[in-house]
Amino acid sequence: MVVGKMKLTFQKRVKLAQYLWMLSWFATLGGAVTFTLGCFLKTELRRRGEVMDNTDIHCVPNTLMIVGLASMGINYFASRICQDALDPGRFPRWKTFLKPFFGCSVFFTTLMLISVILSYAMKGSLETSLKIGLKNGIRFYKDTDTPGRCFQKQTIDRLQMEFQCCGNSNYRDWFEVQWISNRYLDFSSKEVKDRIKSNVDGRYLIDGVPFSCCNPSSPRPCIQYRITNNTAHYNYEHQTEELNLFIRGCREALVYYYMGLMNTIGAVVLSVFLLQCSVLASVRLLQTSMEAVAGQENVEVDSEGYLLEKGVKETFMEYVDPVLKLLWMNQVTPPEAKAEAGAS
Amino acid sequence: MVLLKIKFPFQKRVRLAQGLWLLSWVAMFSGAITFAMGVFLKTELHRRSEVMHSMDIHIVPNLLMAVGLASVGINICAGKVCQDSLDPSRFPRWKTFLPPFFCFSVFITSLLLVAMILSFALQPSLEESLKIGLKNGIRFYKDTDTPGRCFQKETIDRLQIEFQCCGNTNYRDWFEVQWISNRYLDFTSKEVKDRVRSNVDGRYLLDGVPFSCCNPASPRPCIQYSLLDNSAHYNYEYQSEELNLYNRGCRQALVNYYMGLMNTIGPCVLFDFLLQMTILVSLRYLQTAMEGVIGQENVEIETEGYILEKGVKETLLETKEKMKKILQFAQVGDASAVTPDTQPDAEKPATA
Repeated sequence: MVVGKMKLTFQKRVKLAQYLWMLSWFATLGGAVTFTLGCFLKTELRRRGEVMDNTDIHCVPNTLMIVGLASMGINYFASRICQDALDPGRFPRWKTFLKPFFGCSVFFTTLMLISVILSYAMKGSLETSLKIGLKNGIRFYKDTDTPGRCFQKQTIDRLQMEFQCCGNSNYRDWFEVQWISNRYLDFSSKEVKDRIKSNVDGRYLIDGVPFSCCNPSSPRPCIQYRITNNTAHYNYEHQTEELNLFIRGCREALVYYYMGLMNTIGAVVLSVFLLQCSVLASVRLLQTSMEAVAGQENVEVDSEGYLLEKGVKETFMEYVDPVLKLLWMNQVTPPEAKAEAGAS
Repeated sequence: MVLLKIKFPFQKRVRLAQGLWLLSWVAMFSGAITFAMGVFLKTELHRRSEVMHSMDIHIVPNLLMAVGLASVGINICAGKVCQDSLDPSRFPRWKTFLPPFFCFSVFITSLLLVAMILSFALQPSLEESLKIGLKNGIRFYKDTDTPGRCFQKETIDRLQIEFQCCGNTNYRDWFEVQWISNRYLDFTSKEVKDRVRSNVDGRYLLDGVPFSCCNPASPRPCIQYSLLDNSAHYNYEYQSEELNLYNRGCRQALVNYYMGLMNTIGPCVLFDFLLQMTILVSLRYLQTAMEGVIGQENVEIETEGYILEKGVKETLLETKEKMKKILQFAQVGDASAVTPDTQPDAEKPATA
C-alpha cells in the first residue's frame, strides 16, 4: 500500500525542485540557529554549574548541538540533490546514496523532536539537582578558608543578588545552617556559648540571613539579624513584613529561569523541525517522481511520486533489519556453534 | 594659486568615480553605526540620569546622532553624484548644488571632531554633575515616603550593587548623612536620644552603611554597623579591613564607566571622520576634473582637478563677499518698499 501518492507534471516537478532548493537553504539556517541555541543553553547551564549537583540536564543542549550540525549537513545534501534532480543525466549518481541519507535524516529529525520533549521532561531532574546543589552551597557558605569551597560564599551571594532570591526554598533555610564561620565568633561571649549549647551538633544557629538576601525595594534599611524577633526592631512585625528580604527561593528562581529559556528554545526548535520534515518529504517526492522518469526518452512526461512504497511498518522493518542483522551477526555464531556441538 | 592640483586622465577619472561610489556605501554604513552608537550612549546616560544633576553631557550623543543621520544623507548624495559624473550630459545638473553641498558636508564632518573633543572636555562637567546628583541621592535615601523621592533608596542601592561602589567619594559619605528614616527609630531609647543630641541639626548619624555597600568577595559575613569600632566585632580591625565593603566611590565608578564607553566610541568616530573627509576630497577632485570636460566634444581628454581654485585666504574672502551680497539683497528687498531713494546709492560703487 503506497503512502502519499501524488501525480507530478513536468512543470510541477520543476517548481518543486526550485522551492525545495530555497527551502533547504532556510532549513540550513534553521539548523545553524538550533546549534547556536544549544551552545547558548549549555553556556547558561555551565555558568550556574556550581549550584547544580549533576549534569544530567546537559543532555538537552548537547542533543541540540548535534542535531543542529547534522541538520546543516542534511539540508546541504538536500539542496545538492534538488539541484541535480532536474538533470536526468546527473541524477542517477545519487541513487545509492539516497536510502542511507533518508535513514539518517529521519533519525536526526526525530532526535530534534526528542530534544524538545526532553527539555520539558527533565524539569524534575533539574529541580532535584538544584535542590542538592543549593543545599551544599548554603552548608559550605562559611568555609571561605577551605580549599575547593572558598568561593561558595561569593557564588551564593552573587546568585541571590542576581536572581533576587534567598535560600533554597525560602529564607528560613539559613536558620538551619551555621553560615558564620567559627573564625569570627567570640567563644568567650555568653551569647555565642548559649547558642552553641542550644543544639546537639554544637552549631552557631541564628535567625539571621546574609546581606545578599536583602531586597533593595524595601522602604526601610535591611533587617538581616533577629528576623523572627519583633521586639528587637522598632515598628517591625516579621509576619507582615514582605519587602524586607527576597521572598522567593533560589531553587524556584533558577528553575523558572531555565524553563523560560527552554520554552523559548523549544518553540524555535519545533518550527525548525517542521521545516526539516517538509524538506525531507519534498526530497522524497522529488526522488520518487524522478525515478519514474529515469531511462525514458521524453523527460517531460507525467510521473507519480510517493512517500513510502510500502506501508509504514514494512518500510520501518526494511530499514531496521540490516541494522539488526549487523548487531546479531556477532551473537549468532556462538549459539549456532553450540547447537552444532549439541547436535553432533 | 590653485590648491593641490592633480592631473586626471580619463582612466583615472573613471577609477576615481568607481572607487568613490564604493567608498560612499562604506561611509553610509559608518554613518549609520555612528548614529547607533549615539543612541546607545544616550540610552546609557539616560539610565543613570537620576544620579546626574545636569544634562550637559547629553550634547555628545546628540551630536553623534545628528551627524550620523546627516552623513548617511551626504553619502547617498555623494554616491549619486559620482554615478552621474561619468555621463557628461547628466553631470551639469549638479553644478549649482555642489558648492553649498561641500560647505554643508565639511561643517557636518567637522562636528564629528567637535563631538570627540567634547567627550573629553566635558569630563569635569560630568564629574560635577554626578557629585551633586549622588550627594542628593544619599541625602534623600531615607525619604521613601516622600513623593518624588520614594525611589531614591532603590536607585542608590541598585547602583551600588551594580557598579560595586559605596557612597559618593567613599563609604564615609554615609556617616555624614542620616540614612535611616525617623519612622524606624525608637525615640524613647537612650542610644537614639544620645546620637540625635550629639549633633547640631538633631540628625541620627551613625558609623554604618546600607547593605548595598557589602562586598560579596569578603570571606566574612558583612559588617555594616559600628564600622569604626574595633571592639564591636570579634577579630576585626577597620584600618586593615579591605574586602568588607566596596572601596570605590560611586562617582569614580560611574565616571570610569562613561569614559570607558566614550573611549571605545572615540576611535570609531575618528574612523568615520577620516572616511568622510576622504570622500569629500575625492568628490571635490572628481567635480573639478569633470568641469574641465563639460562642453568639450571629446570626453576622454585629460583634465586637471584641484581642491580650491584660488588660495585659502582668497576663497574665504570671496565667500564672505558672496554672503554679504546675499544679506544686502535681502535687506535691500525690505528697504526698497520703504525708501526707493537708497537704490541709486547701492548702484554707485559699481559705476564708480
